Amino acid sequence: MIAASTESLSFPILSALVVLPLVGAIVVSLLGKSRAEWMKLAAMTSSVTTAAFSLWLLAEFKSGEAGFQFVSQHLWISQWGISWHLGVDGISLFLVVLTGILFPLVIVGIDPHHNETSYFAWMLLLQAGVMGSFLALDLFLFFVMFEIVLVPMYFLIGGWGYDQRVYAATKFFLYTMTGSAFMLVGIIATVSLARRDLGIVTFDLIKIAEGANFSTNAARWLFVSFAIAFAVKVPLFPFHTWLPDAHTQAPTGGSVILAGVLLKMGTYGFLRFGIYLFPEAAMWAQPALFTLAVIGIIYGAIAATMQRDLKRLVAYSSVAHLGFIVLGAFALSSQAVTGAVMQMVNHGVSTGALFLLVGMIYERRHTREIAELRGIQHVAPIFAGVFTVVMLSSIGLPGLNGFVGEFLILIGSFEAARWWTVVATVGVVLAALYLLWAYQRVFHGEPDEANASFKEISAKEGMLMAVFVAIIVFTGVYPKPMLERIEPSVNSFIEHVESKTK
Amino acid sequence: MNDLSTFVGPKIEWLAISPLLTLLAGALVLLLVGSLTSHWPYRLYAITAGMTSAVAIGFSIYLWRDVTTNGPRLLIDGALALDQFALLSSIAVIVAVLLVSFITSDYLSREGSDLPEIYALYLTSAIGALVMIAANDLIVLFLGLETLSLSLYLLAASNRKQTSSQEAGLKYFILGGFSSAFFLYGVALTYGVTGTTRLISLDLALNAYIAVPRNDAILLIGIGMILVGFAFKVSLVPFQMWTPDVYQGAPTPTTGFMASVGKIAAIVALVRVFVVAFPSRSDDWGTVVLVLSALTLVVGSVVAIVQTNIKRMLAYSSISHAGFILVGLEAASHRDSVNVGDGLIAVVVYVVLYAALVVGTFGVVTVVARDSSADATSLDSFKGLAKNQPLLGLVMTVFLLAQAGMPLTSGFVAKFAVIQSAVAVGSYQLAVIAMVCAVIAAFVYLRIMVSMWLADSPSPEKVVVPALSRMAIGVALAITLVIGLLPSLILDITSNLTQLATK
Repeated sequence: MIAASTESLSFPILSALVVLPLVGAIVVSLLGKSRAEWMKLAAMTSSVTTAAFSLWLLAEFKSGEAGFQFVSQHLWISQWGISWHLGVDGISLFLVVLTGILFPLVIVGIDPHHNETSYFAWMLLLQAGVMGSFLALDLFLFFVMFEIVLVPMYFLIGGWGYDQRVYAATKFFLYTMTGSAFMLVGIIATVSLARRDLGIVTFDLIKIAEGANFSTNAARWLFVSFAIAFAVKVPLFPFHTWLPDAHTQAPTGGSVILAGVLLKMGTYGFLRFGIYLFPEAAMWAQPALFTLAVIGIIYGAIAATMQRDLKRLVAYSSVAHLGFIVLGAFALSSQAVTGAVMQMVNHGVSTGALFLLVGMIYERRHTREIAELRGIQHVAPIFAGVFTVVMLSSIGLPGLNGFVGEFLILIGSFEAARWWTVVATVGVVLAALYLLWAYQRVFHGEPDEANASFKEISAKEGMLMAVFVAIIVFTGVYPKPMLERIEPSVNSFIEHVESKTK
Repeated sequence: MNDLSTFVGPKIEWLAISPLLTLLAGALVLLLVGSLTSHWPYRLYAITAGMTSAVAIGFSIYLWRDVTTNGPRLLIDGALALDQFALLSSIAVIVAVLLVSFITSDYLSREGSDLPEIYALYLTSAIGALVMIAANDLIVLFLGLETLSLSLYLLAASNRKQTSSQEAGLKYFILGGFSSAFFLYGVALTYGVTGTTRLISLDLALNAYIAVPRNDAILLIGIGMILVGFAFKVSLVPFQMWTPDVYQGAPTPTTGFMASVGKIAAIVALVRVFVVAFPSRSDDWGTVVLVLSALTLVVGSVVAIVQTNIKRMLAYSSISHAGFILVGLEAASHRDSVNVGDGLIAVVVYVVLYAALVVGTFGVVTVVARDSSADATSLDSFKGLAKNQPLLGLVMTVFLLAQAGMPLTSGFVAKFAVIQSAVAVGSYQLAVIAMVCAVIAAFVYLRIMVSMWLADSPSPEKVVVPALSRMAIGVALAITLVIGLLPSLILDITSNLTQLATK
């Protein structure tokens, strides 16, 4: 696809999106405990400015164009052909915006309770890493960002999580790092094989994807090495076991970010790197990935139904939802991939919001056991209302955002993966089952003594949730602006795949 | 023929061996003047050692320029090589000496025994290391090896108050003696087959030899024994047994010294011998190196997990790093590949960066361990360190993340270079094994980080970081981060490294 579009802002907005949070993190750690108020202000300023930049990016983004926009490229390590190469297209745009918006909401909205300085510093560092992962167009740069994200997330789970936090954090770190170990070898091998066709050593994604002709066998091995890393990150069954632990033990802010954007690095990686670099190998791997995705959908849904812990339930629902996204991404039709990209964002919004709500329940009741909660809608009707909207969006009710993505995925996949899609559709029904059943147990009935004092949603929490609900409703009712920006890039992506696999 | 009256000594370029001479002079001053005068105040021993190293570094940089313009050459009738490969490693050795001397000074002052011997021994071991690095003759190499080893035995046993230090010294001495014997026997066998000990003549002799179909057994046994001798020094599995005990028992700064200087010298010499003298047999030793490397990686990283003493953890981690470095040597054994030179560069990049890293890490361990007892270096002594002293905790975290190979640190650059060289010659299996072992090893560093950040300190007492240690750790940190962000700096330097001196 995709020669870089020439017109762009004179301001290096993409670099700013990566560097700003990084600067914020440094300033925050320098200010430290001694000036707590200033420190908080710095954290907010840098994250809110980043959000403003990401919205500016959204406004300036030319819809209807397929190529990378706002490209910025600077040589970094000349000997290895590595450059600081950033760009955004329809596939990454909304993930970047989501990253930009989600972080300030978490930073402003959730109180870490202790060690604020390091908490905010790690959060901002995490944001820089995630932004970089979504913007990088250089394999080396992408790897650096993909890997560096582990460190702040590790500390966030380990430092501010619940009882089993050290176990969960270590498991998260080691699982993901194992995946990246294979990817690093894969990246180097890709570059070294591409050198024969290109005549130069370069880690530039576009140059390699357009110019290199890997032998069928080599491409399949390389694809597998990338796929392992992304499958762990997504996570696909059977690499998912770190996720419920990490989610359950992470502090609320960590869970929101983990579900909201971190998991998307896996599905985005599949699209941007796995399939784009090795289209033929991706076609070859289709049946295996469809199968894993569908197992994930059904297994995640069944496991979610069984959970007694509300947060664990949401975590397993993530496994199921990401199964849908992988199914759509590998169906490789325009509708399915568009749906997958959309669903990445939708899942980030609705599951992020669900984790926030579960976090609020925990703040009030100091438990997440479903059996301990009852009748909350009697004492906190607005809270229950917000929960309902978010839950319905997660189920995929028409008129809310979840429906659009899921619907596109299922329609688009039907052609390429008929029977898998049929089974996946069962997953939609199961999603309704586990969420509605959980809702029924938590919110219906008569509140007992402990639940009778459940506090209604506060003004601050209300404003926080209003942002999520607004996005959920707007995208559900009027998805056109989003689709307009995603589709051209997806179409040229599909063209690229088709031209390479003929 | 051997009439002495006709003996003509070789021509010696004094300037070209000036780093060696400087270090020797420094050692003599410390020993002679130090023993004749009363105790020097103001850390003057360490400062003398530091000044000596600085001058030696200055000479080395001068020589570097000389080599860049005039090309590499052999010195003293072919005994030593003067090339960038040797010079860069030498500079790394001397920098390590400088940093370790500073850390040692604070350590010894705390122990109340700041005496000149230790620094003199650092300087003499550095002389041995420099000779090994540049040696172009197996006998000269052996001389360097013994100079280095003897000094290290003494250093390991230098804490006379601790029996564990004595034990470490004795253990190291006995096993080191074995390895020297192996090495020397290997040299003898090789000499028996070829009639020479010069590396370049060995290659010529073996190339001629290959034309005649003959039994290679003696030669291969000889090469094998040389490899075993090196394997002891580098602590490759299954010759690593001494490492954890010696690393744990030796005074902590000395451990850092062994892990940096000892390792650089042994590995660089190993690489030069095998690449220069035995390329014709690379199919044979390449496979052995591959197996050694894989074993070392797996055992080093897996066994590290169950350790509870931080020095033992780092000992096993240094074993696993040695396995990583061998991946580069394995890459250099693929003679038919065009990318064979990458391996050579990767090895030097790795040892140079690792040296800075390990000096920094042991520097922090020295500071944190309040005394020289074994308990002081248990993992428990790191509990809550980062909570009490965020800055020190952060510095240690950077070192640990770099050892784990996290991006934006020099550790990643080193690992990347090695993996790149392996992949470029098609050694995919070894590359994958190495990366997976890096993950296992990461668990060890995570354990230390968990102790520092997530556990509570038993005593609220803060650790004091004296000025010289602070400086040394700061330099190591700067190297780790700057190279991590701008790898071009070291890649520029190493681009011509593959031109080894041949005449």
